[in-house]
Amino acid sequence: MGAELALIYYSSKSGNTERFVTRLGWPAARIPIDADAPLPDQGDPFVLICPTYADGEGRGAVPKQVIRFLNDPARREKLVGVIGTGNRNFGATYAMSGRIIADKCKVPLLCSFELAGTDTDIARIREGLTKLGKTLCSTAT
Amino acid sequence: MKDMPQTKIPRAINWNRLDDDKDLEVWNRLTVNFWLPEKVPLSNDIPSWATLTDHEKELTIRVFTGLTLLDTIQNTVGAPSLMPDAVTPHEEAVLTNIAFMEAVHARSYSSIFSTLCSTKEIDEAFRWSDENPHLQAKAKAILDTYAPGNDPLKRKIASVFLESFLFYSGFYLPMYWSSRAKLTNTADLIRLIIRDEAVHGYYIGYKFQLGYEQLDEARQQELKDYAFNLMFELYGIENQYTEELYDQIGLTEDVKVFLHYNANKALQNLGFEALFPPEVSEVNPAILAALSPDSENHDFFSGSGSSYVIGKAVATEDEDWDF
Repeated sequence: MGAELALIYYSSKSGNTERFVTRLGWPAARIPIDADAPLPDQGDPFVLICPTYADGEGRGAVPKQVIRFLNDPARREKLVGVIGTGNRNFGATYAMSGRIIADKCKVPLLCSFELAGTDTDIARIREGLTKLGKTLCSTAT
Repeated sequence: MKDMPQTKIPRAINWNRLDDDKDLEVWNRLTVNFWLPEKVPLSNDIPSWATLTDHEKELTIRVFTGLTLLDTIQNTVGAPSLMPDAVTPHEEAVLTNIAFMEAVHARSYSSIFSTLCSTKEIDEAFRWSDENPHLQAKAKAILDTYAPGNDPLKRKIASVFLESFLFYSGFYLPMYWSSRAKLTNTADLIRLIIRDEAVHGYYIGYKFQLGYEQLDEARQQELKDYAFNLMFELYGIENQYTEELYDQIGLTEDVKVFLHYNANKALQNLGFEALFPPEVSEVNPAILAALSPDSENHDFFSGSGSSYVIGKAVATEDEDWDF
């Protein structure tokens, strides 16, 4: 049996992702906003939740702190999937950070949700994480 | 001379010393996203406009004059009313950008009109907007909150509701036309407006949260009650406005779901929880696709996409990636 699937997330000062993770009730570590703060250690397989901050052309979609976190190959190796968040009002760049990270890190894009998520998002992500955790456990042994 | 009021000279703004880096982040986002209606080839919609019935044309023009009124309010009263409450000089600068873009939005509707409509149709629609009781009621509810001397945080609540909720009974229609491959250039322009309003609602909501966090519990509760009461009041007006506009075309129920969805998002911008439950807030997928075309994600969790499909996003140039 492996450890439970871990969750890592980024949330800026506006706090949407933070509020989502609190309601989700899944143990999670936050990538700090402060560029000088230590990044969370990650020994177990984890899912990343990342908001999108893209301009109209898609630039700057992934927060610099998340890039800094993923630049470490040891952490990247433990990344099993990504959830992108955003606001559909940003059109084609909606939740784009999830697609970019999936592409860069060669992991599946698990799903996306808007702002702080809805009750439906909470339910489907809790269920999805549980299932994915079990799948990884059975393939690991 | 001693009693003469002192002229307050602002300090020169230094963008290299930030009290709140969100100000610079949002300033950059807004300035990079700057656009003008001339950028959009609206005249390509002339053949499509000709396929609409007289009633559909009238509805579309009326919806756009309603949106013009909200943009006018936000340009001349809303965003300027937030400036004296700014806690950083950079916030004030961001608000000047927001105010100006609202003027660009208001101006854009007139570009649509001059491209597609006759002077008579345009004048009739503006007369309609001057007299429509529901439109006037929502304008009044917001303007009362913007009045000088009112609570700065209540002003932000009203501003977020205008930016993130009140526009959407109107935005629905161009998204609906776009989903049926009509007025697609107009829809492109509206999407630029929607993108701007999303940043505005986000930023003003964020500034609200900063002020709210510093209050004691009793004051927080008072403001939260105020926010939900104002939302109920505006929602009531929006329901009537929606029925008057959309009953004849049979879209009222679809628009109301869109209102619920956007009301929830407006409350989230303020840091509050959703008001309407998921079962009445699940927007027609065609409208969602019109809002964010080309952003569809393969959803691994729901199994709606192929397993382990890697994102196809164009990798954005960013020197920060090491791999």
